[in-house]
Amino acid sequence: MRVPMSWLRELITLPANVTTAQVADALTRAGLQVERIEVTGADVSGPVVVGRVLEFTEQPQRNGKVIRWCQVDVGELAPRGIICGARNFESGDYVVVALPGAVLPGGFEITARKTYGRVSDGMICAEDELGLGVDHDGIMVLPAQVNGQPLTLGADAMDVLQARDEVLEIDVTPDIGYCLSMRGVARETAQAFGVAFTDPYLIGNVRPTEGGYPIRLESENCTVFVALTINDVDPNAPTPTWMAARLVAAGMRSISLEVDITNYVMLESGQPLHAYDGDRLRGPIVVRQATQGERLTTLDDVERKLSPDDLLITDDSGPIGLAGVMGGQTTELTPTTRNIVLEAARFDPVSIGRTFRRHKLPSEASARFSRGVDPALPLAAARMAARLMAELGGGTVADAYTVVGQAPAMPVQRIRADLPARILGAPISAEQVVEVLRASGVRVTGPGEGTGSEWLRLVPPTWRPDLVDEYDYVEEVGRKVGFGVVRPSVPSAPPGTGYTFAQRSRRSVLNALATAGFVELLTLPFISTDELDRLGLAADDPRRATVRLANPLADTQPFMRTTLLPGLFAAVARNTSRSQDDLAVFECGAVFLANNRGAAPMPDVSRRPSPAEIAAVTGNLPDQPRMVGGVLAGSWVPSGWQGPAEKADWRHAVYLAQIATATLGMDLGRRATQREPWHPGRCAELFVGSGDDEVVLGHAGELHPKVIKAYGLPERACAVEFDLDALIAAAPRGGEVHPISPFPLTKQDVALVVDDDMPAAAVRQALVEGGGELLESVRLFDIYTGAQIADGKKSLAFALGFRAADRTLTEAEAAKSRQAAVDRAAQVCGAVQRA
Amino acid sequence: MTASTITDRQPDPLDTEYVLGLVDTALDAIAAAKTSAQLKQVRIDHAGEKSPLALANRAIGTLQPGQRKHAGQLVGQARGRVNQALAARQAEVDAAELEATLLAERVDVTLPVDLHPVGALHPVTALLNDMSDVFISMGWEVVEGPELESEWLNFDALNMPEVHPARGLTDTLFVDPPSDRKLLRTQTSPVQMRTLLSRDVPIYMVSPGKVFRADEYDATHLPMFHQIEGLAVDKGIHLGHLKGTLDHLAKAMFGDVRTRLRPHYFPFTEPSAEMDLECFVCHGESVGNPDRPCRTCKSEGWIEWGGCGVVNPRVLKAAGIDTNVYSGFAFGMGVDRTVMFRNNAPDLRDFVEGDVRFPRSLRGGAR
Repeated sequence: MRVPMSWLRELITLPANVTTAQVADALTRAGLQVERIEVTGADVSGPVVVGRVLEFTEQPQRNGKVIRWCQVDVGELAPRGIICGARNFESGDYVVVALPGAVLPGGFEITARKTYGRVSDGMICAEDELGLGVDHDGIMVLPAQVNGQPLTLGADAMDVLQARDEVLEIDVTPDIGYCLSMRGVARETAQAFGVAFTDPYLIGNVRPTEGGYPIRLESENCTVFVALTINDVDPNAPTPTWMAARLVAAGMRSISLEVDITNYVMLESGQPLHAYDGDRLRGPIVVRQATQGERLTTLDDVERKLSPDDLLITDDSGPIGLAGVMGGQTTELTPTTRNIVLEAARFDPVSIGRTFRRHKLPSEASARFSRGVDPALPLAAARMAARLMAELGGGTVADAYTVVGQAPAMPVQRIRADLPARILGAPISAEQVVEVLRASGVRVTGPGEGTGSEWLRLVPPTWRPDLVDEYDYVEEVGRKVGFGVVRPSVPSAPPGTGYTFAQRSRRSVLNALATAGFVELLTLPFISTDELDRLGLAADDPRRATVRLANPLADTQPFMRTTLLPGLFAAVARNTSRSQDDLAVFECGAVFLANNRGAAPMPDVSRRPSPAEIAAVTGNLPDQPRMVGGVLAGSWVPSGWQGPAEKADWRHAVYLAQIATATLGMDLGRRATQREPWHPGRCAELFVGSGDDEVVLGHAGELHPKVIKAYGLPERACAVEFDLDALIAAAPRGGEVHPISPFPLTKQDVALVVDDDMPAAAVRQALVEGGGELLESVRLFDIYTGAQIADGKKSLAFALGFRAADRTLTEAEAAKSRQAAVDRAAQVCGAVQRA
Repeated sequence: MTASTITDRQPDPLDTEYVLGLVDTALDAIAAAKTSAQLKQVRIDHAGEKSPLALANRAIGTLQPGQRKHAGQLVGQARGRVNQALAARQAEVDAAELEATLLAERVDVTLPVDLHPVGALHPVTALLNDMSDVFISMGWEVVEGPELESEWLNFDALNMPEVHPARGLTDTLFVDPPSDRKLLRTQTSPVQMRTLLSRDVPIYMVSPGKVFRADEYDATHLPMFHQIEGLAVDKGIHLGHLKGTLDHLAKAMFGDVRTRLRPHYFPFTEPSAEMDLECFVCHGESVGNPDRPCRTCKSEGWIEWGGCGVVNPRVLKAAGIDTNVYSGFAFGMGVDRTVMFRNNAPDLRDFVEGDVRFPRSLRGGAR
């Protein structure tokens, strides 16, 4: 809402020393946020004056153009000679002249300059050249009188045109639609400064009246409809300058007197009006819902397909307007319209909101109707417009008018007088509450006036549909006394137990990853089918069970991610394109796994939902496990003074997962597997636990060369992805400390020959099982293949450490335990001890 | 008498001159030894088993009993002096050699040490941790919920009627088909409703996490960003408690600054307010002071930080809470935006495009 200060100061009498900035500040503190203060006409400076064209001669030019050499009286001793390219004026017309020294919008400096063989001593201005509009069809021709005063030659034209003003730009929140009017803002301002406000609109409960233009309401979405007729309006009557200036300052355009009046009254009162050409209406006006397939060509020359949800204004010819949104072409005013039927109605906010959104037709009218228009206002607003048409356009207001429907009774509410003080935490007396609410137009009875001493009986004014609940009145009091009176204090919560185990665990893991050298990224979770294709996923891969968005931001990425890897791959590619080639990045975030749990219900909100409803509303959702994904490329440590680079390889991908499991007190288990998008020979399945307690977490390894190519990743890039929620769920709580043996360690090495494809982890596991209690540590220290052992075999050398809890082991005891370990490896893995 | 001549003589433990001569010869040799190796040879030559002193000592046994005492004293003292000198010299040589070794082993300790890459948390994660810590310290709990949420929990239960513009396809990302009534949550408030439905009052909770809007993607808008929202429901809760809590948060996060509430409108709260944070850089001194502009608050003195208010009783009623006894307050702020003004981050796109320089520039923290 744009509020010209000149208009505001006309509606209320503010003390002269109150500045615009103070008004803006007061309104902002009352919840009408002033986004900025615009000064109109500020980009015009220097002498821009009223002049009169005394005479002119026309001079055709070689380029075919005709220019006029004008003698213009600007109130000086002698007229000035000025060249003008426009021809829409006569001798004797008043015009706006920018004299040398003037600066026009865009920094355009006026000088006396030679043009078309003459010295032009100024410029006769068009509307757009002064920033007053967009019209450049000709120069501005001023009426001989403005606002009843004859023009003075040489007077400041910007003042005469009332083009200098300060305009408040207010962000009106959806609950206070009545502030989309000068009348509403004036009331709020008056309240903020404690000055009187007299509503220029005599609103009241109007009784249904017949006799004017016939109206029939056939939809509940229209509750009030007023029709008022004005006859014999002069179609050529101009819009007064003051009105045009206010419309422009308020952000609208001046179109014609009749249209301008309807807009002016709308801006002032908040009541959108529509003017029909009375001679083009056919039969009674009927307000009804559209039928399927009906069509209407609106004022903007677009044919619109209507839906049964649209509310229509119709006559015998069919639809003539999209109610509350935009009028139709067939009954719009023309340059010859003399008889006008004015519509002032109250439409259902929800219906209008739906219609303007469906047709993408936000308008000044729909903005107001969709927030709720004062239901007691239509007749008063129509009368104001009719009066202006009579005064300014010479029309006659018909005595008979029509009112159909009635404003509904406003809801009564009762609150305790101390409720605002209790909820705001501020010292606000009952007297203050009553005073504030009365100033807001609320009818207040009590306290002690027949309703019990502590209770207030409240009836809101018709323009305040937002005042319904008890707390609505608390807010109203709070807005008006200001939140500055609120006394801050910190409430004491019951003793807390800190973060949950899962939250602490997650934070530990992420911190550990960052400390170990991985950079955390956050990526958008939207993916395409193509991205899944490039991962090489099979048709039945569960990661293809995606959730689709109905209105994705990009049609190319309509799905929610089922894996973090595509987002990380894109980030890696972006980094390498910026010459950051050595990368160790990770992301922790949810993936979305589609299931068929059905729609989520929409329980009634006036009560607590049933347990079944709660279960469905909280549970009928896709599974959204929180995953950790990581990608490595280039070098883990680049080459340097200390030696050659340590290339990032599959081990670093495993390392990332190891950090996570180790942080939570678990060993990471691995086994070879094949899974997209990894290299089939270099992919580990990651798990924790064993036997029935085993939990598979995810995968790590080098990426498949095809995937690397498809995503444009660096050669040999590696990746890891695992389910962090599952890992945390498997994490041990508490645990026991192992007794620390003070006795010496007995070391024994063993070299075992096994098949080349025997996993080292299996051999190690066999040694652990066989070694029994005395075996304290097992470390693989060498892998050998070559001349000394058979083809297809490898030798694994382990360092075994034996120790007892209660004694120093003898050589014999250690040797026995060692032999048991070797025997087990032989039994399970076919291992042969190397001689 | 020269050393060579004296050592060539037959050992005579009774010859005082001879024995003292051996000592002098040994002491000279010890003093002349510069290295451990030289000293080792000196020890063999002058104190070893075949040294003249050792031979002289052995010869004592061949003497007449009456002579033995004198000879024993003479030779014993001589050997003692030599051994003492050897030990002293050994200590000197060891110290000198250690010093030389350490000098030779010196390194340039300013060389780069790159044992692993430089990691970092994302600034949003780090800030969410910091903010959550403040509330945990106050005894509140941190509660999280799903990002893909039921429409009812995201809107209806929070008093946003079906006709609210934010519920349209232009503002909210819906799951296909929309009749499934599922969406990407536009706020973390549904977590609050889940908590209200699953737990008894009193409740003091914050819900941090990702939220989504069908917004454009540019320097100041992201379709995915992060919020932390708070909810307190208890007996006698009022707006002053909200103001006190926000002031405390502001102080914990930014030092000696306050917050300011401006009336506003949100369906979830009534009364509602926009919350401004006093500029923690200029403390308002840049306002109307063009010589000292402040880029953090754009010389406005205050920074818009979030929305808040007293919980609308309709919301509590939807959870079955007795609004005659209980009231609540709620607030929420954008975490990405907070990083933006706190750390002068110029472009929100950097938050989600994955350039590793962005997290590394703050090393994940940096207040």
